[in-house]
Amino acid sequence: MTARILRRVGYTAGLPAVLVALWWVASAGSDSFFWPPLRTIVATFPDTWLTGRLGEDVLPSVLRLLAGYLLALVLGVALGVPIGLHRRVRAFAEPTLEFFRAIPPPVLVPVIALFAGYTGSASKVVTIAIGCLWPVLLNTVEGVRAVDEVLVDTARCYHLRRRSQLVHLTLRGSSPQIAAGARQALSIGVILMVISELFGADRGLGASIVQFQRSFAIPQMWTGIILLGVLGFLLSLIFRLVEHRALAWYRGLRDANRGA
Amino acid sequence: MATTEPTTTAPEAAATDVALDVRGLQKTYGGQGRSVEAIRELSFSVPRGQLTCIVGPSGAGKTTLLRCIAGLLDVTAGEIVLDGERVTGPPRGMAVVFQEYGRSLFPWMTVQQNVERPLIERRVPKAERRRVVADALAAVGLGDSGEAHPWQLSGGMQQRVAIARAVAYEPTVLIMDEPFAAVDAQTRADLEDLVRDLWHRLGVTVLFVTHDIDESVYLGQRVLVLSNRPTVLLEDVTVDLPDERDQLGTRGTHRFAELRGHVYELIQRAKAGHRPEDDAGPAS
Ligand SMILES: Nc1ncnc2c1ncn2[C@@H]1O[C@H](COP(=O)(O)OP(=O)(O)OP(=O)(O)O)[C@@H](O)[C@H]1O
Ligand SMILES: [Mg+2]
Repeated sequence: MTARILRRVGYTAGLPAVLVALWWVASAGSDSFFWPPLRTIVATFPDTWLTGRLGEDVLPSVLRLLAGYLLALVLGVALGVPIGLHRRVRAFAEPTLEFFRAIPPPVLVPVIALFAGYTGSASKVVTIAIGCLWPVLLNTVEGVRAVDEVLVDTARCYHLRRRSQLVHLTLRGSSPQIAAGARQALSIGVILMVISELFGADRGLGASIVQFQRSFAIPQMWTGIILLGVLGFLLSLIFRLVEHRALAWYRGLRDANRGA
Repeated sequence: MATTEPTTTAPEAAATDVALDVRGLQKTYGGQGRSVEAIRELSFSVPRGQLTCIVGPSGAGKTTLLRCIAGLLDVTAGEIVLDGERVTGPPRGMAVVFQEYGRSLFPWMTVQQNVERPLIERRVPKAERRRVVADALAAVGLGDSGEAHPWQLSGGMQQRVAIARAVAYEPTVLIMDEPFAAVDAQTRADLEDLVRDLWHRLGVTVLFVTHDIDESVYLGQRVLVLSNRPTVLLEDVTVDLPDERDQLGTRGTHRFAELRGHVYELIQRAKAGHRPEDDAGPAS
């Protein structure tokens, strides 16, 4: 039992450990200005981040990311369900959706900033939300459409109420696909969290990294990049945990179908 | 009426005793440019509390007929009247066991939740709900599988969950579309007796589609034999076996063999493309 857990940990942590070790060794004697030794970077970390920046830059960035992401989730599902359920609504909305989806969200940053202001949180949250919206919305539409018609008939025959149909049929049935969209949206959200701070922001994780870079504080810049990576990793870990619990039935069903 | 057998009677007189009336039903599936005439003309009525079996070649439109009756499919022409009311959507008090039983169970719910869901929707009080669900699961021999998810069960067990859900719903009309297709012979015999037993106890009107000729004769008071597509009624066979049936005794009787032979012959003819209008021509 413990041996198995150890092996799993070894499998997951093995490659990162090797890469970090490689980086450590390869950069150890480096006197390149842009590639400081990993030892230097690690040594710079506490002074750079633990002296106030964590609360004043990182936390607000993360909160904006979460706000934008949750907004996108709620909106994406709320719009995706009626579009997926009704063919008419779909025919009506789909061309427009395809058009907006084709616009890369980063180009919207300056436009949004024009309306919502460069320095406030609103423009950044809106940018993140818009970027995250598409994968959630489009996957919700697909997921709702793909709910088994026999189940839909069953729900009608046994007179499930509207609310129950929404919760126990439509949302549950499309949840694997919604989760897939939400997972894509999360990585897009992290990218947009950084990008949204590149234009005229002076605080935030992304803004900090850019400022370090501009002021040639290269080890500090590297600590920021590492912190960003760790943040993304933690978020996806949390996501996977939630997904693991909520979609246990889906994994079971899939495995059962594969076995058959 | 398109029936050829003069012995069959259409109980049109006492309207209150008719649970289900199918009048001039036609169903043509329309697609892009392609249309499939599934049902050409079907008319029959089912008295309240009758157990009617429906047999016919594969693709004859049995599922189509049931879906029309269940209000899941719009009819092309004709009408379906249930308890004096025209069916326009899924009627209340009707339970359906779908042919695709596995897909008709909610995979994110446990067996118990699947059976309980329709009762929750009907606002049955919790204590009663629990009792009814437990009884229904016990009746199909799944008393200890309530906590499992459907995909953890075998095909036959899933089938029985679907049956338990229908039974727990306490319907006045029960529609079953080849419900025993996936179960082994022994379970099948048990479930056949279960259906007859439930039918006796609940006084419910049952429409039972099956591929199995023996099963249709053993179970039914009446067997409707359908032609192949586009479907009409080939014959309405009255099963005049005693009400008390048991697997060995009943199946061993001479009358059972006769009826079974008759239905078998009809199905063979139906498969060969025989249609009632063929009789009307050269035969008479
Ligand atoms: N949604 C649909 N669109 C077009 N054609 C359909 C559709 N559903 C069924 N059909 C056609 O209608 C005919 C009757 O189908 P149905 O499923 O009712 O037959 P069945 O008697 O239940 O067959 P089986 O015994 O194999 O279950 C078939 O030819 C089938 O191809
Ligand atoms: Mg069928």
